[in-house]
Amino acid sequence: MSAEALQIETVKAQIEAAVPGCLLEMVTNPSVCAQHSLVVAAKDAVAVAEFLRTADGLKFDFCSNVTGVDWPAKETVAKVKVKKLVDGVETEVEETQKTVTPGYLEAVYHLFSMELKHGPLVLRQRTAGHEVGAEVASLTPVWKSAELQEREIFDLFGVVFTGHPDLRRLLMWDEFVDHPMRRDYVDPDDYEYEPTAHDEILRRAREHAAAAQEAGR
Amino acid sequence: MLGRGIVEGMLETARNFLGSYVSRERLTTVQYPEERLAHIENARSFPFLVYDGADWQAGMRCVSCQICEKECPPKCIYIEKSVDKKPDAVGRPQNYPKVFNIDVSVCMSCQICVEVCPFDAIKMDVEYELGAHDRFGGLLLDKQRLSKSNEYYHRIHPTEAAAVDAALAEERAKMQAKQQAAAAAAAAKAAAPVAATPSAAIPSAPATEGKA
Amino acid sequence: MSSAMHPAMDMAAERGMQLSPAGESGVQLLEVSMGPQHPSTHGVFRMDVVLDGEKVVKLKPVFGYLHRNHEKIAEKETYLGNMPYTDRLDYICSLTNNWAYALAVEKLAGIEVPERAEYLRVITAELTRLQNHALLIGFLMQDMGASGTPLMYAFREREKIQDLFEALTGSRMMSNYMRFGGCRVDAPAGWLAEVGKMVASFPQFLDEFEALLTGNEILMARTQEVGVVTRERAVNAGLTGPMLRASGVNYDIRKVDGYGIYNRFPFRVPLGEHGDTYDRYMIRVLEMRESVKILEQALKEIPDGPIQDPKTKPRNFRPKVGEAYGRIESPKGELGFYLISDGTGTPYRYRVRPPSLINLTLLEEMCLGHNVADIVVILGSVDIVLGEVDR
Repeated sequence: MSAEALQIETVKAQIEAAVPGCLLEMVTNPSVCAQHSLVVAAKDAVAVAEFLRTADGLKFDFCSNVTGVDWPAKETVAKVKVKKLVDGVETEVEETQKTVTPGYLEAVYHLFSMELKHGPLVLRQRTAGHEVGAEVASLTPVWKSAELQEREIFDLFGVVFTGHPDLRRLLMWDEFVDHPMRRDYVDPDDYEYEPTAHDEILRRAREHAAAAQEAGR
Repeated sequence: MLGRGIVEGMLETARNFLGSYVSRERLTTVQYPEERLAHIENARSFPFLVYDGADWQAGMRCVSCQICEKECPPKCIYIEKSVDKKPDAVGRPQNYPKVFNIDVSVCMSCQICVEVCPFDAIKMDVEYELGAHDRFGGLLLDKQRLSKSNEYYHRIHPTEAAAVDAALAEERAKMQAKQQAAAAAAAAKAAAPVAATPSAAIPSAPATEGKA
Repeated sequence: MSSAMHPAMDMAAERGMQLSPAGESGVQLLEVSMGPQHPSTHGVFRMDVVLDGEKVVKLKPVFGYLHRNHEKIAEKETYLGNMPYTDRLDYICSLTNNWAYALAVEKLAGIEVPERAEYLRVITAELTRLQNHALLIGFLMQDMGASGTPLMYAFREREKIQDLFEALTGSRMMSNYMRFGGCRVDAPAGWLAEVGKMVASFPQFLDEFEALLTGNEILMARTQEVGVVTRERAVNAGLTGPMLRASGVNYDIRKVDGYGIYNRFPFRVPLGEHGDTYDRYMIRVLEMRESVKILEQALKEIPDGPIQDPKTKPRNFRPKVGEAYGRIESPKGELGFYLISDGTGTPYRYRVRPPSLINLTLLEEMCLGHNVADIVVILGSVDIVLGEVDR
């Protein structure tokens, strides 16, 4: 396991040496398999990818998997002790502080090497914001296998890949408006009768039944 | 010779065709529905509820714990617990399902309900000829349609049913032993104070009587 | 359409394609939708094809007709509850789907698998490979017009394998057999002997099949030099499985990762030289022979023992926070599962890396310049199952 971590440190150092001015961040993976990842900024992504694909000793010529992940904005509430003036006396008062960690969308690339038979190296690109149309760089010019998968991330998450040769929807039909895999996606209320309704569907069934009763009245 | 590959291929086809008149191996078509294959023992189609004995309501093993309802991936099971209790397969008084519906058009025969049931109450059937004309009525199996006897279970899955029966018998035996031990302990406790009072309680006999 | 220049003209020019004299004037370009309802597209798959006479000038595949939102459903189901859904991805090879998912979860949570379970996994996976390749070759032949005869011979053998699966897992196709840390149920009495019998008779079936097909001039004429993929393009486009090895790249995940106990089996990896459809067909036949060897060895060596860690419980499985990518060599290519866990009983992100979809990246490139009839042959050799392409 520590050998894996070491390996990713050396790769990071090599990239930083070869692509000057690139911003890289390492993300440790707490699980047992220890597949750590490198976050690369969108402006350097293509250069870093090209380096990884061609460098001796690395030769990551196989981009196996491109995944989109949605990390919505998180609000954490913490009790913080703050010095404040209360009736003219400086006392320590406990206040609840709300911090909002901004959300972002991610494209995660799993890279392997067919020539040197090693991997996976996990590369991540994060968007600046959480809105539909947030941009990252497309790595399709480097690995053609990313073409269809980046289209899928655009389709299901709304992430725009700049530099992609043919960015359009893959799985949903062209006139579809939303991006289904996002955490804030609300599916349309096209409820159908289901005999063993549970949870969400049961709640909607009851609403429909109540509405029908109201309409009938 | 051009076409030699094709000719060799045709010899292969001829061997299969003529062979089907001579060897059973090569005649593989089963003329369903006139001919039916015996089901393989471990096959599964849809779930059913097992009951012991002759009365399907009294002998039902299901205690309405609703674990299968929670674990079912497509959520095709719907259970309503009863208010009163009846003895279960082992002898303990437990709730039973007032309503137990399985929507067979949604069920994907994954068998997870069988895996998680702690009471061996729900098992997989092998019947696949369940066509109905009414999608919701015909394919929504209620408690009665789902209940099948333990003898039926033995007929379709003999090895499994034997193992389940053995396990239940063991549990019943343990239950009985526990009950006997509890009864014996209670009897011993009832006997012991009666033996103790005559020696020590002559002066305080009116007090103990008042307490009792 | 009659006299205006067709937009595909520019594309053809860009690609340096020689259009026929009629095509050059833009009049004869025909747009065909090899639509979702088609007997030879292996499922609901659509291709918008622009033709100059019979030659393909442009081909755009359209996906999504079988999109069932598997990944979003998986975010609401428990880890165990997702196992039956993985059966339905590549619905022909359900056991390898199960294994890939179980492998990813075991990597995520660090669960060990006992010996006997590993052997059972190898046996079921290789049986799956046998029946998948037999089915694929059968369908490839049918798409070429052999009207079902090789298909039915392949299905005869496949029925035997499916009966074996039914005896072991309970179902012919939707097995739901692997669990995290082993297999769900042990092989019933006599099952291994039955497998042995089937494996012993399989090489004879392969000999008959090859006598029927391999030297067949029609097959050779229709598949050789059709749909050629060079090494560099194959690697760059992320092709895996028999498609990749047909182009001469030696990359078999059973050898590279050595997952499970595959390191104990000395099997060879067939490689193609030309990268055309005929090579893809031959590789699958040779892979079937290698699988038979692996099966023979596994059946001899399988030990007795538990098939799952006795401490594991089916309910309330909560792996710790983290992520894992687990992959196996499914009969179609690299099937990978990427799981992100947030510590609860349902995955935070569940992603299937579908080999069938990614093997279709080069579909247009492979088909350009060929006839319409070749599209069906090329698509057949890519080996797609729409359940996996669209999930």
